[in-house]
Amino acid sequence: MKQLTMVQAICDGLRVALDQDPSVLILGEDVGKNGGVFRATEGLWNEFGDDRVIDTPLAEAGIIGTSIGLAVNGFKPVAEIQFMGFIYPAFEQIVTHAARLRTRTQGAFPASLVIRAPYGGGIRAPELHCDSTESLFVHIPGLKVVTPATPKDAKGLLLAAIQDPDPVIYLEPMKLYRSIKEEVPEGWYEVPIGKARKVREGEDITLIAWGTMVPVAEGAAKELEKKGVSCDLIDLRSLYPLDEETIIQSVKKTGRVVIVHEAPKTAGLGAELTALINEHAFLYLEAPVTRVTGYDAPVPMFALEDDFRPSVSRVSEAVQQVLAF
Amino acid sequence: MLGQLETTYVQYLSPEGKLSVAGHAVWNQLSAEMKISFYRWMSFVRMFDRRSVILQRQGRIGTYAALEGQEAAQVGSALALSKEDWIFPSYREHGVAMIAGMPLSQIFLYWMGRVEGCKPPEGVRLLPPSVPIATQIPHAVGAAWASKLKKETSVAVAYFGDGATSEGDFHEACNFAGVFRVPAILFCQNNGYAISVPFSRQSASPTVAEKAKAYNFPGIRVDGNDVLAVYDVMKQAIERARAGEGPTLIEAVTYRKGPHTTADDATRYRPASEVEEWVKHKDPLTRYTRLLKAEGLLSDAEEREWEAECKAQIDSAIKEAESSVPAPPEHLFAHVYAKLTPNELRQQQQLRKRGGRR
Ligand SMILES: Cc1ncc(C[n+]2csc(CCOP(=O)(O)OP(=O)(O)O)c2C)c(N)n1
Repeated sequence: MKQLTMVQAICDGLRVALDQDPSVLILGEDVGKNGGVFRATEGLWNEFGDDRVIDTPLAEAGIIGTSIGLAVNGFKPVAEIQFMGFIYPAFEQIVTHAARLRTRTQGAFPASLVIRAPYGGGIRAPELHCDSTESLFVHIPGLKVVTPATPKDAKGLLLAAIQDPDPVIYLEPMKLYRSIKEEVPEGWYEVPIGKARKVREGEDITLIAWGTMVPVAEGAAKELEKKGVSCDLIDLRSLYPLDEETIIQSVKKTGRVVIVHEAPKTAGLGAELTALINEHAFLYLEAPVTRVTGYDAPVPMFALEDDFRPSVSRVSEAVQQVLAF
Repeated sequence: MLGQLETTYVQYLSPEGKLSVAGHAVWNQLSAEMKISFYRWMSFVRMFDRRSVILQRQGRIGTYAALEGQEAAQVGSALALSKEDWIFPSYREHGVAMIAGMPLSQIFLYWMGRVEGCKPPEGVRLLPPSVPIATQIPHAVGAAWASKLKKETSVAVAYFGDGATSEGDFHEACNFAGVFRVPAILFCQNNGYAISVPFSRQSASPTVAEKAKAYNFPGIRVDGNDVLAVYDVMKQAIERARAGEGPTLIEAVTYRKGPHTTADDATRYRPASEVEEWVKHKDPLTRYTRLLKAEGLLSDAEEREWEAECKAQIDSAIKEAESSVPAPPEHLFAHVYAKLTPNELRQQQQLRKRGGRR
């Protein structure tokens, strides 16, 4: 086992996939010679050549549209969109075709592909590089959406996504690319899609987070522990499908919930989770399910991004309010 | 010359600083003021650019997209525009923005991550940098269309890179521009690379300019490091547009001397010999300075004086930007709608009360 950062773990996962599955192709902008703008494909072009690690023209609709065709005709494309904020030219291809081809061809020609995209804020990136629009994709039947919060999960989830027969949107929290190093197993292993990770066991309140917000929620849990509050912290990992069992079990245990996400509040995934909890654990609730989220405003340029993104103290305050309800 | 599909390009001033025959004709028609203006702007823009890179290294601004090497393409084209014309830039067009009348301090604010830096002063028809590639090109076509519908003489120009020509938005914009014959100029700075990807991976056509043929309007390729040629080609395109003769696609062949942004390492994908060729032998400012000196229009002393003047202006703009009072957290709600909805008002109130950060 090696100590790897998340971006190294992703690169390692891609290398294993290219090595073990001859149908895997990597395509995107700057993924070849440059090794990706975040170095997520570092060294792969040299190792596997221009036919398998492919610098494409600058055209997201083209990247995803041709990936669908490649998938239909026998390849397993792992397409990179350089930043999630630039995925929109491909929205049509993802929503209309990738998500529905299985249904529309009644299983004959499913679009089995992976779309990787860095997302989220906190790194003082330029304008429009920091959005968290996961809900747009979670909302679309036919797509799976995952996001890791640790290097080990990053590699395992990526390989699970590549192995999955359906289109998977694999979101990479930029803020966590290099913030943590941990031991990552070698070779092929999978972290199953649809299974959440229990970050901490606790009794008083359930915290639900994913991607960039996992360390924030964890920070709050640690702070609260000193005040005698024990948090049950769930890292969703899989945004669709949701691990309903883990969520509901936890809520039944604690009776209180705070959901943390970086995306704006309105119609964010927190709303869906709240409804799910109401449907399955209403009678266990001791307080309203509460959300700590980005505000309902366009993600600001970086001078105000720390005011926009949920922080440890905002989460702690919300927890205390819920406990005092 | 317009409308020809040449794989070579229009060049009036050689890298050695010598005027061609056609160049002489253009040169002789320029006022002394204009001649010095090209130099002053290019030199100013370069000093601004180098300073910005330093500011980024010092952590005083965020990731910055340097333009060094592209001064002639930006200055030559922008100086051909009038106050009434509309500009839809990408993120590398600081030179264009300054000439259009965007205060330097605003440009610094933008790179400090402050949205206030997006807003031009009254009367400046300049949109904020368009970060998603090629998306601004249809806007320019729409604005040009509007002037046509209103029977005004203003034109609209979109600035974009060679990579942008791969996006659907570029092609759709070209098509609309051709179909509705709008007074738009689609100005491509072909600097050879889209981050690491060379133009040969963007397109199987050898040039950008020739793509205009398919949309049935002129496409012209110009030496983007020759400020005189860029200016003249742009001027002709603007005149055609104002005369109701429709759009022009201009491909200014140039090179960015540095990395894509301060976050990039260009040595990973560009051979040192290629960079050296452009830096040492094809520099737009060196070339033009040589001409001015040979013509007796610029002395070493005047050059130093101008550089000192630029430095003073840049220093003062940095000071202004850095001392500008930061917007409070709740500012992130300002202007989300013409009139905020009750939901935004409530959230804004909460943010104001609680404060941000922490
Ligand atoms: C739609 C979209 N996709 C990807 C990106 C990421 N990106 C930023 S700049 C760039 C290359 C642009 O190259 P080019 O159009 O040639 O302009 P240049 O930077 O050379 O001026 C890429 C891929 C983006 N900003 N927008």
